Amino acid sequence: MSDSILFLILLTPLIGAGLIVVTGNRPNLRETVSVVTGLLLLVEVASLVPDVLAGETPGLLLAIPVPGVPLALQVEPLGLLFALIASSLWIVTTIYAIGYMRGHHEIHQTRFYAFFAIAISATMGIALAQNLFTLFLFYELLTISTYPLVTHAGTPEARRGGRVYLGILMGTSIGFLLLAVIWTWQLTGTTGFKAGGILAGQASPLVIGILYGLFAFGIGKAALMPFHRWLPAAMVAPTPVSALLHAVAVVKAGVFAILKVTVYIFGIDLVGGSTASTALLWVAALTIIGASLVALYQDNLKRRLAYSTISQLSYVVLGAVLANAASISGAAVHIATHAVGKITLFFCAGAILVATHKTRVSELDGLGRQMPLTMGAFLIASLSIAGLPPTGGLWGKWYLALGALDAGYGILVGVLMLSTLLNIAYLLPIPLRAFFGQSPKTAVQFSEAPLPCLVAIGITTAACVTLFFFPGPVYQLAGMLIP
Amino acid sequence: MISAQLPALQVVVPLLAAPLCLVLHRPFAAWLLTFVVSGISLLVSVALLGQILEQGVIDYAFGGWAAPFGIAYHIDFANAYVLLIVTAISTVVSIFAKRSVASEIEAHSQGLFYTAWLLCLTGLLGITITGDAFNLFVFLEISSLSSYVLIAMGNDRKALTAAYQYLIMGTIGATFILIGIGLLYMLTGTLNMLDMAQRLITVADSRTARTGFAFLTVGLGLKIALFPLHLWLPNAYAYAPSAVSAFLAATATKVAVYVLLRFMFSVFGIDFALGAMPLSTMLVVLGSVAVLSASTVAIFQHNLKRMLAYSSIAQIGYLVLGVSLATPAGLTATLLHLFNHALMKGALFLALGCIAWRLGSVRLGDLGGLGYRMPWTMGVFVIGGLSLIGLPLTAGFISKWYLVLAAVERGWWPVVLIIIAGSLLAVIYVWRVIETAYLGKTKEAVSGTEAPLSMLVPAWLLAIANLYFGMHTELSAGIASQAAMVLFGGQP
Repeated sequence: MSDSILFLILLTPLIGAGLIVVTGNRPNLRETVSVVTGLLLLVEVASLVPDVLAGETPGLLLAIPVPGVPLALQVEPLGLLFALIASSLWIVTTIYAIGYMRGHHEIHQTRFYAFFAIAISATMGIALAQNLFTLFLFYELLTISTYPLVTHAGTPEARRGGRVYLGILMGTSIGFLLLAVIWTWQLTGTTGFKAGGILAGQASPLVIGILYGLFAFGIGKAALMPFHRWLPAAMVAPTPVSALLHAVAVVKAGVFAILKVTVYIFGIDLVGGSTASTALLWVAALTIIGASLVALYQDNLKRRLAYSTISQLSYVVLGAVLANAASISGAAVHIATHAVGKITLFFCAGAILVATHKTRVSELDGLGRQMPLTMGAFLIASLSIAGLPPTGGLWGKWYLALGALDAGYGILVGVLMLSTLLNIAYLLPIPLRAFFGQSPKTAVQFSEAPLPCLVAIGITTAACVTLFFFPGPVYQLAGMLIP
Repeated sequence: MISAQLPALQVVVPLLAAPLCLVLHRPFAAWLLTFVVSGISLLVSVALLGQILEQGVIDYAFGGWAAPFGIAYHIDFANAYVLLIVTAISTVVSIFAKRSVASEIEAHSQGLFYTAWLLCLTGLLGITITGDAFNLFVFLEISSLSSYVLIAMGNDRKALTAAYQYLIMGTIGATFILIGIGLLYMLTGTLNMLDMAQRLITVADSRTARTGFAFLTVGLGLKIALFPLHLWLPNAYAYAPSAVSAFLAATATKVAVYVLLRFMFSVFGIDFALGAMPLSTMLVVLGSVAVLSASTVAIFQHNLKRMLAYSSIAQIGYLVLGVSLATPAGLTATLLHLFNHALMKGALFLALGCIAWRLGSVRLGDLGGLGYRMPWTMGVFVIGGLSLIGLPLTAGFISKWYLVLAAVERGWWPVVLIIIAGSLLAVIYVWRVIETAYLGKTKEAVSGTEAPLSMLVPAWLLAIANLYFGMHTELSAGIASQAAMVLFGGQP
């Protein structure tokens, strides 16, 4: 039973996309279809939870394009966690998008919702991939299906953004990732994800090191420097796209893939000891600090958030490369907590855009009196990104720091601390300016974003706080990764 | 029994249909005959493949004259597979040709056009099926001469120059091949390829054998359009009628590659071709340069048919790289790509044919906003383009997978990098078109939308084939690896 549910999980958003196109000229019906599809998907994904908690891993074989390289799905704790995050936030984002797209009078809304659904299907495929080939397939599908969303506006700026987006993501995936996948297959005769890894004892330390580098940089969606430029470029997209795809689904697909490759292809023992992993640790640490520094100087709100995402993604990479039980669970928990925090920030940025048409941080003085709810949510989400109580962001950072100490890298704890300070430096001034800054206009009225936007912001802000008090379910799934 | 005569029917049916076509003369009748004959040829080649799957090889003595005196047809996995490619493409493209040709060629020359088409088909099938070296040359000339005619019928006057250029280069190539075959005949006293292979073993270490091999390789290199002998190809594909571009791009160079493989592996033997002679080194260098330079040039083309032509030259580079690896895996990759490239280039050229039918132009600048005016046509282009890049779920990915794997197995890392670089360059030249079609500005007021169904259906057939063979490779990769084994086994 749960085997066929896997197929349904892929199919549901695709059918949804079809229905969205069919109902395209009746916006209310179209958006109802979108929300209902999201709910159905969440129910389907959630129905897998009991099985996985019981230690089962339902699987499904779809096809065998090349002998020995099947197209197959299989659920495991990490994938389930990712699928749960993406599918539940999709519903919230759809609600938000209804307010945003109508409030902002966007064109081609049917196309927008349809490709959004296809992108979610690809994300589910990544989450449930049983082997590297399947992962690669859906990874590319996600790149292609999000391209029309990035270039949605059709302006020259959007075209340029689209080029950078596609160029870097496809360049790294074809240039490095595909090579790594084929090489792995050549070495081991399999591409399947297996507990404990498949590469141990199959190649020399040098080859293992090169392969790990190819995977880490080949998965460009993880935005490891110097392949991070696509993420700021993708900010030309409508805000719901930036919020769900470029703060959750796409980027998390990247770090999720790195985590999965680390745990199930290399095995943590193999990664932990290698020289390549030490080098990668520093790349990740540099990305964390470097992107934060760049974020400090961004005046465009969405770009600032994008650089913040780049920095935060490297937390997960750091956790993967440290490769011990605490750091891996920390990375998995961070995927969840950063998702709700960052999506809230983007929701707020979009709400500000719809309500006031402002995109720059320097224009936000005094906005807190006009949009107190939005800016309040922004404040809480900022705390979550910085990893301060009472928000869920604390836990990911906590376990990552523990993991760094376990691995004997005390200095990385310093990096995490410094990053926290930088987070505070580039995020907190925004709500502070809004609440305490002088508004250029004298009379300020209360005028918030459309109601659907506020509802969505409310849900994700609540999630930020809830995860602080009840991180249990997330941690339980994350803890199953390393027995 | 008809099933015993299938090898003869494969060639004789289109050959006899050609003069009949000329007599019929009326466009519709000529088209119908071409379509029906292509369809029959397809059925015959499928039946032949079925027989091969059962019994391994078929030896057929033409007219009952036994080899080595009579002309013998020798069919195994390798050529049964190529026959299938040629007949399938001819059938699909001939459906497309009806409306496309009607818009590009005057009614009174259409009978002639279809006659040339059938002759070209005859030639290509004959080259593939025959086991006799001189017979091969004759069919080569039939296919070449008829393709000069087909190209010259393009509605741009530059088609004449292009055909003339091809005529000169093609004739030089054919002469080289003839000299090569002549030298081999001198050395072995036989024209039957099986026979030739056996007798060559003892005399391979002679200057005559080496010279003959060199002449054959260069001559075939011209026919294949292997860099730097490719100069005839871009113009020929760019100015030929749309249907011809699709037909030739998907079949003609493929057949020439097959002939090269046949001579290399079956006649001379792998030890001689890739061991005693420095062919492997030559092919790896030329193939690499072809992939990189032609892909780069493709990026700068404004005429999209020309762009695809340069892309074809790059793809030929991949084919040659596969051969140069000199392993069964590499050869499998080459044969597989032969098939998959026919599918993707066929689909892409048919999409351009639809665009030419609607706009009368295939210049990039005229394509702005076409993704909304001709969504189905651009859909084919997108699928074909993704396949060309080699994204998973498309046939192109399977080719790339096998090719990269073969190079990794051999440990030839620079070749791996070149294959991947070619793929990345393909992203650029394919995406230029997609970006313009979907994000570019529409030039004039929207008038007229899609191409007619009789053009869209064959284009979509090939597009779907690209997806199908990206998922199910029992037929394509399965037979390709069988054929590679046959060629590597040394028996012709």
